[in-house]
Amino acid sequence: MFETLTEKLNSAFKSLRGQGRLTEKNIADGLQEIRRALLEADVNYKVVKQFIADVEAAAVGQEVIKSVHPAQQVVKIVHDELVKIMGGANAPLKVSDMPPTIIMMVGLQGQGKTTTTGKLAVHLKKKGRKPLLVAADVYRPAAVKQLEVVAQQAGVEFFGLGTGVDPVDICVMAQGEAQMRGCDTILLDTAGRLHVDDQMMAEVRKIAQAVKPHEILFVANATTGQDAVNSAKQFKDNLPLTGVILTQMDGDARGGAAISLISVTGCPIKFVGTGEKLDALDAFHPERMAGQILGMGDIVSFVEKAQEVVDQEKAIKFQEKARKADWNLEDFLSQMQEVKKLGSIGDLMKKIPGMSQMMGGQEMDFDDGDMKHIEAIIHSMTTEERQRPKIIAAGRRRRIADGSGTTLAEVNRLLKDFDKSRKLMKDMMKRGGKGGKRGGPFGGGRGMPMMGMH
Amino acid sequence: MTEKTGFFGRLRERLGKTRTGLVDGVRAVLGTRPKLDAETIEDLEALLIQADVGVQTAAEILERLRETAREKRLASSDDIVAALKALLLEILEPGDHTLSWTADPPPHVTLVTGVNGSGKTTTIGKLASKLKAEGKNVIIGAADTFRAAASDQLEVWCERAGVPIVKLHAGADPAAVAHDAVQAGLTRKADCVIIDTAGRLHTKINLMEELKKLYRVVAKLQPGAPHEILLVLDATTGQNGLQQARKFTETMHVTGIVLTKLDGTAKGGIVIAIQKELGIPIKYIGVGEGIDDLQPFSPRDFIDALFS
Ligand SMILES: Nc1nc2c(ncn2[C@@H]2O[C@H](COP(=O)(O)OP(=O)(O)OP(=O)(O)O)[C@@H](O)[C@H]2O)c(=O)[nH]1
Ligand SMILES: [Mg+2]
Repeated sequence: MFETLTEKLNSAFKSLRGQGRLTEKNIADGLQEIRRALLEADVNYKVVKQFIADVEAAAVGQEVIKSVHPAQQVVKIVHDELVKIMGGANAPLKVSDMPPTIIMMVGLQGQGKTTTTGKLAVHLKKKGRKPLLVAADVYRPAAVKQLEVVAQQAGVEFFGLGTGVDPVDICVMAQGEAQMRGCDTILLDTAGRLHVDDQMMAEVRKIAQAVKPHEILFVANATTGQDAVNSAKQFKDNLPLTGVILTQMDGDARGGAAISLISVTGCPIKFVGTGEKLDALDAFHPERMAGQILGMGDIVSFVEKAQEVVDQEKAIKFQEKARKADWNLEDFLSQMQEVKKLGSIGDLMKKIPGMSQMMGGQEMDFDDGDMKHIEAIIHSMTTEERQRPKIIAAGRRRRIADGSGTTLAEVNRLLKDFDKSRKLMKDMMKRGGKGGKRGGPFGGGRGMPMMGMH
Repeated sequence: MTEKTGFFGRLRERLGKTRTGLVDGVRAVLGTRPKLDAETIEDLEALLIQADVGVQTAAEILERLRETAREKRLASSDDIVAALKALLLEILEPGDHTLSWTADPPPHVTLVTGVNGSGKTTTIGKLASKLKAEGKNVIIGAADTFRAAASDQLEVWCERAGVPIVKLHAGADPAAVAHDAVQAGLTRKADCVIIDTAGRLHTKINLMEELKKLYRVVAKLQPGAPHEILLVLDATTGQNGLQQARKFTETMHVTGIVLTKLDGTAKGGIVIAIQKELGIPIKYIGVGEGIDDLQPFSPRDFIDALFS
């Protein structure tokens, strides 16, 4: 019932196998699926449109990587673009050279600003800072009290003047208060407000102009839908935002609003909220977020490695040969060489069902020395011997050992390994049935161990 | 961090283009292309998706629009807009859009639930005031004993509405508060008891269990109670709203939705997907933070607003 994006893309790209390049035409269905996935994740419609256009531009003309399924290749392009948009490393909170550092929290109603203010306080306190929480929401009933309780829970200083004072004045006065109490960081908890409320937007502007915060953080819920672009844009146009905090990331929202928010504000996501407790504040991980938005696990790093090393064309040729039972020592050698290349990702490959058999031996981790000997032995054979290993009787083995500078035992072992691999290949072909069609070990996205959902 | 010519630059251009209303959009589209072709469908889809209706639901609605247009040979843009509105109305109209008042004897017990920050407490304040104005005896139960100052917030609303509140200390068992509130309603022969609950994510099993316990306690006290279970949904919520509705209905029989924050620019289109799949009617809409900013839900007005 529930298909992952990769599975959907697999079917969308079924016809792509064997084609040399990604073209506008042959990726159209796939892009349609990606578009759908992004919209289902609540990425804004226009943002998606731009994004798909960019992905198409990036994908068209790329050679189909032989070692991976085209679907996965496109997923990787999409994923990389998402990560690029969401920014690289974590953006830390600014610290002013001249304390106090002022951090202002803004956003729509009910996004979790007050709770997040408390979380930031706990975070800063852990880093040895001394925050002062300032109650600048004089509108919502008991908002001041809520922040006071939160400050208590966080074990930090609190400053409020009730609901009868102008929030601008409260924020200005907080600066002197911080100095008096020896606080090095001021956290301003402002009232939630609608971006279309001119009067309330004027108020936050005034606060920002009066205290010149070092950080103005836009707090938004991860469940936010299409309207994220509208509200974020208004806040951005009114205030010099410096960052975004995405809350309620502990739910099951795909969080596509992250893309919309970053796109519109041009600010990085500095933290994500992951629970109701005050320590439930996490750093933002673009990679993880991209996977979550696409509804998939960490297939990307796998594709990345695989595309460096495996030659899919050869793998298919091996299969063909194995099926026709003309598997010979030349094939064995080049297969060994492939496996050798895979050494660097040996662990990864071992996790793939059938992979190690496919590559002709249980021992994936042989060293350079072994490889040299194998090569030497096979190179000391005549062409006929390589192609028809059966004819290599005792006399020939002695000759080969001498010629290659190895021992008879090594030659024997190699021939035994070869025999084993041939049997395995035959077995696999029988079990696999329609071997050619499966397209090798990377053929299906389904059932790959690294593909779990988040 | 932004590159002017990069993704952001191009996007800003795209977003900068003047936003036309849905109807204008439709008309503009149909004006030049009187037939309901693929391109027009795509443009209509854009309009629905941007209202948070969702890709799947939008596609289904448009498929039906296509059929209707074919059958009835609709060509003019007005006809097509009217047909689309009719289809949406077909989804949103069924069900009871008012409070059911099924309690016999009273009080009519209403449980208010939803995720964090959706507007439960504010809605209760507005609703209490509304019912009071209708001459009803209302009692409010402060069963959010978890969030800091939650009962203080509710208390302010009760003062504004002029209705009594039943509350216990912070951290008390929410079910105990609900019990006391319903008990007070019975003794004082109130017309209705409205219970505020703590915001909770539908994915937190223990919190959903807590809600079930509260439900059982109320049900034991008063036959048929809770008679009303309102799920409060923020109109800015995207596709996750459907998931929220699913999980809350799995937990208890949600009788209606209150869609809040419609005074912003969000359209709240996810309720279309919700009612289509789960058949839960919308009962009220929140249109501001004032005590009078709660309105009965009108499917027609809602659809018109969707197109404005
Ligand atoms: N603009 C607008 N704001 C609203 C509306 N309804 C609620 N709010 C605001 O949204 C914020 C959250 O509302 P609450 O009533 O506290 O929400 P809640 O669901 O009780 O929140 P928790 O109990 O913390 O889960 C407050 O700032 C309200 O003033 C509405 O219809 N329009
Ligand atoms: Mg509340």
